[in-house]
Amino acid sequence: MTMAGSPLPARLVEIIEDFAASPPRDRLELLLEFSQSLPPLPTRYAEHPERLEPVPECQSPLFVAVEVDEDRRVHLFADAPAESPTTRGFAAIFHQALDGVPAEEVLAVPGDVAARLSLAEVVSPLRLRGATALLARIQRQVREQLVTAERA
Amino acid sequence: MTTAWLAEHLDDPGLAVVESDEDILLYDTGHIPGAVHVDWHTELNDPVTRDYVDAERFAALMSAKGIARDTTVVFYGDKANWWAAYALWVFSLFGHPDLRLLDGGRAKWEAEGRPMTTDAPDRPRTDYPVVERDDARIRAFRDDVLAHLGKPLIDVRSPDEYTGKLLHMANYPQEGALRGGHIPGAKNVPWARAANEDGTFKSRSELEALYQQELGLKPDDDVVVYCRIGERSSHTWFALTHLLGFEKVRNYDGSWTEWGNSVRVPIEREAEPST
Repeated sequence: MTMAGSPLPARLVEIIEDFAASPPRDRLELLLEFSQSLPPLPTRYAEHPERLEPVPECQSPLFVAVEVDEDRRVHLFADAPAESPTTRGFAAIFHQALDGVPAEEVLAVPGDVAARLSLAEVVSPLRLRGATALLARIQRQVREQLVTAERA
Repeated sequence: MTTAWLAEHLDDPGLAVVESDEDILLYDTGHIPGAVHVDWHTELNDPVTRDYVDAERFAALMSAKGIARDTTVVFYGDKANWWAAYALWVFSLFGHPDLRLLDGGRAKWEAEGRPMTTDAPDRPRTDYPVVERDDARIRAFRDDVLAHLGKPLIDVRSPDEYTGKLLHMANYPQEGALRGGHIPGAKNVPWARAANEDGTFKSRSELEALYQQELGLKPDDDVVVYCRIGERSSHTWFALTHLLGFEKVRNYDGSWTEWGNSVRVPIEREAEPST
């Protein structure tokens, strides 16, 4: 794995390695397991879906919200319908990989990381673009939150 | 093909149920009992060339799925059957004789509380014959469309894609095309106008009112339909061909991801004049 600058978050590296080590059919099962692990939204989002940002690049509805705490760690909240397991799977991967990670590390994740999950053979290009767009929106929200925190 | 009919005929010998979804994982979360999965991306597309599998690969796929040449195949899937209609259209390229679409698709079957399972289907292997793909009847290529300009063309994408607006919205990435707009002369009839809220097709008289009265098409017209990659237009192709009995409807599967990237093909951007 070649990386200039900041290292990838440790859990993200593990996930990338797990996918790379699996044969293609097992990669789909792994993604399915991720989709089942996406935690439900806390009440403050479940009852206020307007606080979640839509990710229209995904063909299925996907919503995401980011919080940065006083220790500058990122907390991620995402939701997608059960009938869109692939979308849920990508959301769960980013949740596991980035939740609790320092904001600077999240911002340093390269934009092509979805392409490193060894899923290009089995998942359509539009899906992978959706995952890339999800990361871009997470990072943009992190940047906005940092700016807001500095002004406060 | 209604959900009630399928529920009664699930165990019929000579019938195969095929699930084709946009989401490759959806089948594995549960499917109609006995249904096999056919994935458009990994199984119907050639892995290298932008094309469908050839006759040998299709025969191998059918044999592995336990589908014989005389099997009645009923397709269903997510997203109002876009991918089910697309798979049905690809099977049609190989001239499989008996192909049907489950009206309302996966969503209707589930909404009616009908059985779903994660059990793997048990269909014995078959020996499907190698039958050459016939692209000429129902498939249009870019050059065919260039030669077709001036004849009926239906763009089934959303109005914003049709006018080219979608590629210009703030903060949105380009969706796989360098230019926005539509093929000159194409009428914009979003695929969903052929469907009811529950994903079933509209009645024959409603479809006639839409395509024949409103659009002025005749069943013997030479019609080309397209969308972004040919899946939504398969839905309209099915409605025109199998529900209205149009004789010559071709699906341009290259669709906007080819046309919007092609050098020097003509593009229109303005909305069509209201009729």
